[in-house]
Amino acid sequence: MSRRGAAVLAVWFVLAAPAAALDFPALTGRVVDEAGILDVAMRASLAAKLEALEAKSSDQLVVVTVKSLQGTSIEDFGVQLGRRWQIGQQGKNNGAILIVAPNERRVRIEVGYGLEGTLTDAMTRFIIETAIIPRFRAGDVAGGITRGVDDIIQVLTGDAEDWKQRAARSAANAASPADVFFTFLFVAIAVFIVLNVLLGMMRSTAPGNRRNRPWIASGPIAGSSWGSPSSGSSGGGFSDGGGFSGGGGSFGGGGASGSW
Amino acid sequence: MFAASRALRPLSLSLLTVVIGLTLASCGINAIPTYEEGAKAKWSDVLNQYQRRADLIPNLVETVKGYARQEREVLEAVTNARARATSIQATPDLVNNPEEFKKFQEAQAQLSGALGRLIAVSERYPDLKSNQNFLALQSQLEGTENRIAVARRDYIEAVRLYNTELKTFPGSIWAATLYRNNKPMEEFTVAEETRKAPQVKF
Repeated sequence: MSRRGAAVLAVWFVLAAPAAALDFPALTGRVVDEAGILDVAMRASLAAKLEALEAKSSDQLVVVTVKSLQGTSIEDFGVQLGRRWQIGQQGKNNGAILIVAPNERRVRIEVGYGLEGTLTDAMTRFIIETAIIPRFRAGDVAGGITRGVDDIIQVLTGDAEDWKQRAARSAANAASPADVFFTFLFVAIAVFIVLNVLLGMMRSTAPGNRRNRPWIASGPIAGSSWGSPSSGSSGGGFSDGGGFSGGGGSFGGGGASGSW
Repeated sequence: MFAASRALRPLSLSLLTVVIGLTLASCGINAIPTYEEGAKAKWSDVLNQYQRRADLIPNLVETVKGYARQEREVLEAVTNARARATSIQATPDLVNNPEEFKKFQEAQAQLSGALGRLIAVSERYPDLKSNQNFLALQSQLEGTENRIAVARRDYIEAVRLYNTELKTFPGSIWAATLYRNNKPMEEFTVAEETRKAPQVKF
């Protein structure tokens, strides 16, 4: 009986091993530089950008460099890391992680469920191929990461015109402009509907002040607060290394990878 | 009902109900249906991702055709494999039908293989490789393959929990009495390597 018990235990350990085998770095801030390829100023400036992004849109973006992928693929590593760290707000799953594995020469943008519609596979691929990989190939790892982060933030905050221009300029363009256009059209319609509802609610609850507020004036204001910080479970910390934690978001394998 | 509860004194009755409820709940009377629903939800995730892949294929085939018409064999293989895979009714009940489940996953594995070959031959056509539409489709396909892998793994884990609950104490008691119709669910057995699309380097 005890031998059988031991056998069962052994089998259990073997089965449990793959899930537990990966050793993830601790989530010490919005920039986790386990591989040690970024200097202090760089980490601070990145962290400030990422923090501003969360303050603006509640989207959590985290940059991580790892020493090793521990024998698994960067796709597998990414989704497990995202679930472990729970990047993104609970219920919205609006997290994304830029993962750089310099030793394996692999890079990936892992996208949480809630951002898959904005940071599409094609879009992340485009960012990796045009903003990150060329700089990595030229040895400018910090530059590639900065540029990648800038582009992700730009997509997330929805600067449509700029993106269209850049996509048109780029020779190796992966994102079809029609895709981008329809994404933004869709977002615009969604914002419009939400605004209408919100405005309707404002009018019905507080008839005095806001009734005569012009549509244009209320538009951008309410627009930028659409899906913004007020969501109760914000996991936001305040500085690099200062108690940042994931908000409870989950991942399902969205995003794209590249190698250099 | 009211009179009866007044006779039994409402406080003690409700207390009794709570205690019985908690006891049963702690005995795992809810565990089997909970795990079952969990596994079913994961299964529908898997089906969604396979469907998403199937939806991408006609566009991909058309795009490749425009540049590599001579690769008729490979293109036909993909089209046929897709037809076979989508001809199987992918219902939620599939998980309780070992034969159909096996057919389903074999058809999907074949489609993966055919797609892998299609992507591999695409490498030979520089014009195709720099086509925007193709690049977008290819990245979507890669992303979908990755999501399929994640969804499959989540499903396997959910089924493992459910099947374990059916077989171990105290779940086995409930399985033998209250939930007699609950059967173990099927897991994926076809090796994932056969479905892996080759990585494309630029």
